[in-house]
Amino acid sequence: MTRVWDAVVVGAGIVGAACARECAAVGLRTAVIDAAGVGGGATAAGMGHIVVMDDSPAQLALTRWSQQLWRELAPELPSEAEFESRGTLWVAADEEEMREVRRRQQLYASAGVPSEILDSRALAEAEPQLRRGLAGALLVQSDAVLYPPAAAAYLMREAIRMGAQMLPPQRVTALAHGRVSLDNGSQLSAGRIVNACGAGATDLLPQLPIRKRRGHLVITDRYPGFVHHQLVELGYLKSAHSIALDSVAFNVQPRQTGQLLIGSSREFGAEDATINHALLRAMIERAESYLPRIGNLQAIRAWTGFRAATPDKLPLIGPWPGDATFCLATGHEGLGITTSLATARLVAAEITGKASEIPAAPYFPARFLDASRLAPAATLYGEAVRG
Amino acid sequence: MAEPESIALTVDEIVVRVSPGTTVAAAALIAGSHTRLSIAGEPRAPLCGMGICFECRVAINGVPHQRSCQILCAPGMRVTTGRELAIR
Amino acid sequence: MSRAFDILVVGAGPAGIAAAVTAAECGLSVGVVDDNPAPGGQIWRNGAHLPASARRWKMRFEAAPLVRLQGWRIVDRPQPGTVRAQSNDAEFAPDAAARDGADLHYRQLILATGARERFLPFPGWTLPNVIGAGGLDAMVRGGLPIAGRRVVVAGTGPLLLAVAAHLASRGATIAAICEQASAAQIAPLMLNLITQPGKLWQGASYRWATRNSRYLTRCWPVAARGDERLRSVILQRDGKQWTVNCDFLACGFHLVPNTELAALLGCSLDNGFVSAGELMQTSVPGIWCAGEPTGIGGVELSLLEGQIAGLAAAGKTQAAQKLARRRRGALSFVRALGRACRLDSQLRHLAAPETIVCRCEDVPLHALRVHTGWRDAKLHTRCGMGPCQGRICGGATEFLFGWRAGSVRPPLFPALVSTLGGTQAPVVTTSPEETL
Ligand SMILES: Cc1cc2nc3c(=O)[nH]c(=O)nc-3n(C[C@H](O)[C@H](O)[C@H](O)COP(=O)(O)OP(=O)(O)OC[C@H]3O[C@@H](n4cnc5c(N)ncnc54)[C@H](O)[C@@H]3O)c2cc1C
Ligand SMILES: Cc1cc2nc3c(=O)[nH]c(=O)nc-3n(C[C@H](O)[C@H](O)[C@H](O)COP(=O)(O)OP(=O)(O)OC[C@H]3O[C@@H](n4cnc5c(N)ncnc54)[C@H](O)[C@@H]3O)c2cc1C
Ligand code: FES
Repeated sequence: MTRVWDAVVVGAGIVGAACARECAAVGLRTAVIDAAGVGGGATAAGMGHIVVMDDSPAQLALTRWSQQLWRELAPELPSEAEFESRGTLWVAADEEEMREVRRRQQLYASAGVPSEILDSRALAEAEPQLRRGLAGALLVQSDAVLYPPAAAAYLMREAIRMGAQMLPPQRVTALAHGRVSLDNGSQLSAGRIVNACGAGATDLLPQLPIRKRRGHLVITDRYPGFVHHQLVELGYLKSAHSIALDSVAFNVQPRQTGQLLIGSSREFGAEDATINHALLRAMIERAESYLPRIGNLQAIRAWTGFRAATPDKLPLIGPWPGDATFCLATGHEGLGITTSLATARLVAAEITGKASEIPAAPYFPARFLDASRLAPAATLYGEAVRG
Repeated sequence: MAEPESIALTVDEIVVRVSPGTTVAAAALIAGSHTRLSIAGEPRAPLCGMGICFECRVAINGVPHQRSCQILCAPGMRVTTGRELAIR
Repeated sequence: MSRAFDILVVGAGPAGIAAAVTAAECGLSVGVVDDNPAPGGQIWRNGAHLPASARRWKMRFEAAPLVRLQGWRIVDRPQPGTVRAQSNDAEFAPDAAARDGADLHYRQLILATGARERFLPFPGWTLPNVIGAGGLDAMVRGGLPIAGRRVVVAGTGPLLLAVAAHLASRGATIAAICEQASAAQIAPLMLNLITQPGKLWQGASYRWATRNSRYLTRCWPVAARGDERLRSVILQRDGKQWTVNCDFLACGFHLVPNTELAALLGCSLDNGFVSAGELMQTSVPGIWCAGEPTGIGGVELSLLEGQIAGLAAAGKTQAAQKLARRRRGALSFVRALGRACRLDSQLRHLAAPETIVCRCEDVPLHALRVHTGWRDAKLHTRCGMGPCQGRICGGATEFLFGWRAGSVRPPLFPALVSTLGGTQAPVVTTSPEETL
């Protein structure tokens, strides 16, 4: 028997859970289906840094809005979501990076994001574990940290409370016009189908310009007070945004538990979850170069996760030109925890035909498909890298 | 047979004398102490005795999270039980 | 630091000792890594109370031309043919060189990582002095005075008798020995022990040593009481409950194999044990496995398997095959032991909703019940996320819910961040005389 839903959300990561909650909130009959449980994909592998980023005006707009949504939601979040308003310190190693600090402060100010410049002394006082002689940092107080799987579970519980249904775990094997086929042979009928499968979105829509970008993280035992803010090197911008190369960057996050998460790495072409020891080592050496004593802490576990990367570093949110019933909510690369809430608002607006709160066009999947409809992703990537 | 020399160490500032070959976990219990405090703050003491359970963690010479059941006492060692130390 | 060996053995319990001695006596360069302060594994730990055969093996081990990394643990496998070790005192050793991990290269690897106890949660089991049966045994061998202390020994398996006998010999008062299995379930095993005198578990002699203590079958603790530490336990048998005052409750519900390293190396597991062939070969060429990880069968079988693996890894296939025939006969004991120690399903109801199951992260039973499997529970409750990585709670949730603890990731045991990163040191090819 099939049942007609207004919206079927495929994928119960943090993005799918957020979409389900917004769809239910606006009164859509909503179902959610995931191959496994809630928040077990990239959502369970990520850092949970809620961060404003400014690679492009569209990225700034989305991250800033979504960060505000998280701050509004924070009082409702359960304690296990471990929401903490830690703030980010973008660490500048030298004078050249300090110029970037000043540029960013102005940019953030114009976008209404308050930030503060720390000089070398103030930085050493704020984070005594950092190596001496750093030039300074930009402190973005409104950035936060949370535990993504618990946040996703909360969003899903809210969705269910507002009437959405979480269907028993089933892999989706195919999408067709208004139809979702499940592994057990059954089908779901839906007015709109939201593909929120993260890096797995291409299994259902092979034409999507998404590539898996593997990342490594290491978690330590509890060392409360070792660092106080999320610490990221300004060079992160360069490495996170150079599309072509494998890279590592210094990115360390203090968790509410007192543990530290050590990141981060980016690599294309890796399809399995095993550890790349060369990259792990480069990542740890990078962290040690900023926090000389971090090597003396005990690591408990290292793991990998897959970011869904797009050629222009912006997510794919909105209608899919190939089928009017499809709506995408994927391609969030390293920012899907941050931008999940804003993504969900854009998706709900798209499905209900209402105006969105920020311009939605920059995230439309159609941006990749105007020239040659449904061109294969690899070609698009090649062009983007060259361009 | 000659008396083996005893080893003196401190457990939370209490001086304990043990014979060579004694584990730090045994020394902590001899001193009348537990080893760690759980996350909720309950006292915990060794469970497995073989390096598996991590209940015997103490700080040794200021270094936290040491599995005391697999470490032998050494002269002058400073053992601290209870909450994990923050910075080393 | 970096070393290369023909054969590397992980674990210096009976299986590892037998493997290393056998391989070294074939003239190959052999290294042994073991994370305890002294060789012997779980049963041949320190202390004078060792049978003659154990002393002989340990002497051969001391005499053999081996590189011993005693007090080191394997924490990672950075690449095929290499494992990474860290010393237990690396972190507080004043000597900076000791902080570096060691990359150990091998042509053949023998895993003899042994087993740990299974613990089941019940109200009060987190109190200090509620401890494993093997756990208290190890603590006493590590210098904990036990003379004059009252001990209740509980759980299942011949280990209880072994521990009670040892503690009694050190002057402890054994208030009771509580075996969860029924007399009918445990009898065939005891018969097996008695008909093979001097072999396998020395069950009969243990019983003799503890003849003054009550040995109760179908009996188990339902709660431990105390304040800062244990004061008494409530025992139950046939629906009747009573309180016993004691200083220690030594409680373990048989053994769980240490298969994490094998899993990290990609060796196939079968029903929780490492799959090993006739010659103790695993599914990965060049990796062998001996002792408890292949099946819980006691010290004699571990010794035999260690020798088979040592010979086979050294290329002495015929000699190994000869021993393998003897092993086949002994395997019936593994099955008998497994049957004798099967846990009573009533033990699933020992824990109350608020009883902590995951001791590292303080996760209570009621938080776990709503989840569908290990990974789901782990992600949403932090169960198994602590430093033991599910080694303790995994054994419990396997029995309580039928969950099998999930993926093994490096480091195998918590290790220094810098060790996990590793250093690029030149390889030293080791002559057997050196020790680290
Ligand atoms: C190492 C690392 C660090 C990161 N750090 C951060 C950070 O600090 N801040 C931040 O904002 N972001 C971060 N990210 C990115 C973030 O984790 C992701 O963008 C985000 O989790 C994506 O969520 P999602 O719901 O789209 O995908 P997922 O969490 O992967 O969820 C997709 C879901 O879809 C299901 N699914 C897939 N295919 C099917 C199918 N065919 N049928 C049924 N179900 C299916 C999966 O089971 C899964 O549950 C990081 C990522 C990594 C890898
Ligand atoms: C208290 C007690 C009493 C027992 N009494 C008897 C008895 O009377 N008769 C009997 O037949 N059996 C008895 N047993 C069972 C006995 O332990 C086993 O049969 C036997 O010890 C198995 O030997 P093994 O070499 O396989 O493992 P083990 O003795 O467990 O040795 C494995 C060794 O490897 C080490 N190791 C594991 N992983 C790593 C790693 N990653 N890096 C470095 N080192 C590692 C362990 O710490 C350990 O030292 C008893 C067990 C206990 C705990
Ligand atoms: S007592 Fe279990 S790890 Fe030390």
